[in-house]
Amino acid sequence: MKRELPMIITFVFGVFMIIQYFIPHPIVNNLAGILQSWAIIVIAFSYVLGSANILRINGEILYRRGQDWPYKLVLVLGFMLMLVTGLIGGIEQGSFANDRLFMSIYIPMSATMYATLAFFIASAAFRAFRIRTWQAALLAITAVVVMLGRVPVSQFLWKQFPDFVDWIMNVPNAVAQRGILIGAALGAIATGLKVVLGLERSYLGRD
Amino acid sequence: MSRFLSRFEKLDRRWIFLLIALAVTLPLFVDLGMSPSSTPPVRDFYNQIERLPERSLVLCSFDYDPGGKAELSPMAYAVLRHLMSKNCRVVVITLWSTGPGLVEEVVNDVCRDEFHRQYGLDYCYLGFKEGREAVMVGMGRSIRETFPRDHYQTPIGQLPIMSDVQNYSSFPLLVNISSGYPGTKEYVQYVESRFAIPLISGASAVSVPEYAAYYTSGQLRGLLTGITGAAEYETLINRKGLAMIAMGGQTMGHLIIIFFILAGNLVYFVNRRGKAR
Amino acid sequence: MEFFWLTFAAFLTLAVFSFLYKDNPFYKFAEHLFVGVAAGYVVCVEFYNVFLPNLWRPLTNDGQWGLLIPFALGIALFTRFTSKWAWVSRWPMSIIIGTYAGLAVIGFASGDLVLQLQASMVPVISVPDVAAFTLRPGVISFLQVLANPVFTIGLICVLFYFFFSVEHRGTFRLISTTGTTLLMIGFGAGYGYTVMTRIALLFDRLYFLFVDWLHIAKV
Repeated sequence: MKRELPMIITFVFGVFMIIQYFIPHPIVNNLAGILQSWAIIVIAFSYVLGSANILRINGEILYRRGQDWPYKLVLVLGFMLMLVTGLIGGIEQGSFANDRLFMSIYIPMSATMYATLAFFIASAAFRAFRIRTWQAALLAITAVVVMLGRVPVSQFLWKQFPDFVDWIMNVPNAVAQRGILIGAALGAIATGLKVVLGLERSYLGRD
Repeated sequence: MSRFLSRFEKLDRRWIFLLIALAVTLPLFVDLGMSPSSTPPVRDFYNQIERLPERSLVLCSFDYDPGGKAELSPMAYAVLRHLMSKNCRVVVITLWSTGPGLVEEVVNDVCRDEFHRQYGLDYCYLGFKEGREAVMVGMGRSIRETFPRDHYQTPIGQLPIMSDVQNYSSFPLLVNISSGYPGTKEYVQYVESRFAIPLISGASAVSVPEYAAYYTSGQLRGLLTGITGAAEYETLINRKGLAMIAMGGQTMGHLIIIFFILAGNLVYFVNRRGKAR
Repeated sequence: MEFFWLTFAAFLTLAVFSFLYKDNPFYKFAEHLFVGVAAGYVVCVEFYNVFLPNLWRPLTNDGQWGLLIPFALGIALFTRFTSKWAWVSRWPMSIIIGTYAGLAVIGFASGDLVLQLQASMVPVISVPDVAAFTLRPGVISFLQVLANPVFTIGLICVLFYFFFSVEHRGTFRLISTTGTTLLMIGFGAGYGYTVMTRIALLFDRLYFLFVDWLHIAKV
């Protein structure tokens, strides 16, 4: 039952979520509410599991004085500091965990890590973006037109430039995206059904 | 010349990094006086809120983290300012686990500090709930059971603003500001189509090309596109904020990227022709 | 004290940016501190926003003993750390997978497939758009006349591009190429908007450094 029971659970929950859409009876709705609340709780535990795993892996390296162990010490100390101050003092505005650790450590670094992508996109634009085919040329022309049209300076070139870019987004782009959405929806439905019916079992891992 | 162009084609990327940093920094010191005009999706977004009667109860789902703060915080500020100026009441939630602190800051800055509204009566912040789509569908059945307490651990029954709230049908409008998953796409798939609540969205520019299909189909009644959309919206509500300030930097950034694309390809083609000879 | 934390935030910002020059100890320090604080924050958030209001208080204050089941399943997830009992963690995993797979089937079917197809059923020629063009001729009004034909015919071409059961030759190749054209326009728009997002993020950080921290720029 190490594999069969999980597959049965997947089937029951999956099918129930599907039929719940078609049967708006209060009994079905109430049961769906219970199962959804269970899913919320279990998923929350899975995020805690992820954090615990980070602690476990880095704690082991720290214990063995493995490679880069001083940095692992920083990681573990940061984790414990946030955990202790957060659990004791709370995470609302006014708490140390929020006002100092979250606002002054997490936010600047998270935002900066994403901001570095701007440099890489600039580098790629110069060194890697090569117009070798007509498709690439069309992509480049559209990109240039959209980038130009979405900044205020475009109005000095042509007053209706923003409306032209709006048309590009709402017509040819929307057509392409709609085609992709429809195709992706068919794939997602097929994959979802495969998982629910037990045809796709990769999530169970190996024995 | 050809040697120079060959070396230029293989320019150390750190020079490119420096150029883009200088280009985007320049508008911080030199005012370029940029002000965007509004486009139809932004006007539709604005009008959906503008048409709300006074004291309407609006559900706001601000789903972003510090990585999306640059584009979406200005939108969140502008939306709350617009709603507060219309004397609407707001219920704010977030579905991103690293968003609660950010969203709390926006809610308190605008509702409490700027407009001096009363918590629990004019606005409330229910905080974060794990579960993504399960939470979205769960709110369609009962918001009270999905969010039994608010962000400050107050039982939801003790908040007067929530006294008549059951599920999505209690709100005339759902405003979603989102950075990715879970966000606008999921609200369209699991909420708008299923519970028929009017939905407007502000999203990171990187997600917007996909959402254009939802906007043109009418599933989204309005759409703000990244920082430019936020700036257009600030123009409409007559309140200059961070988005308008960012327009100079945005302009310079776009122009330099366009220059890099054109210059890179020009150098490539000239070098290729030289080698062919 | 406020200035200390502001300066520390600026130091961390510059430490992350220093990676652009090359990998260095400051960046490694910042990176590891970030991961540690982020992991700790997630635990706190889950504790205050899910564990307390949705599990612990209903269980202890309201006597909802049925919640012992998801509680036990949540604890069962941690058996993944042991090799002997790791199979027990499949039970809560299968709840998550089953729930989301079932929701996804309905979500994609109703939100993406049916409604998008429904929205595509538009007349090839839109009479109001033609009337608007004749009333006020212009580039944008002309493009608006083209909107419906591009939508209807274009969507068929794009969908056909992904249809590989028939070889794309002759007329089929023309249809497929039209689909490719529209897809390239879509991807170009996506690239342009991606640039917009990245530049906005960069400007935000530079604004923080020059305006919030150093006060040497005023906007």
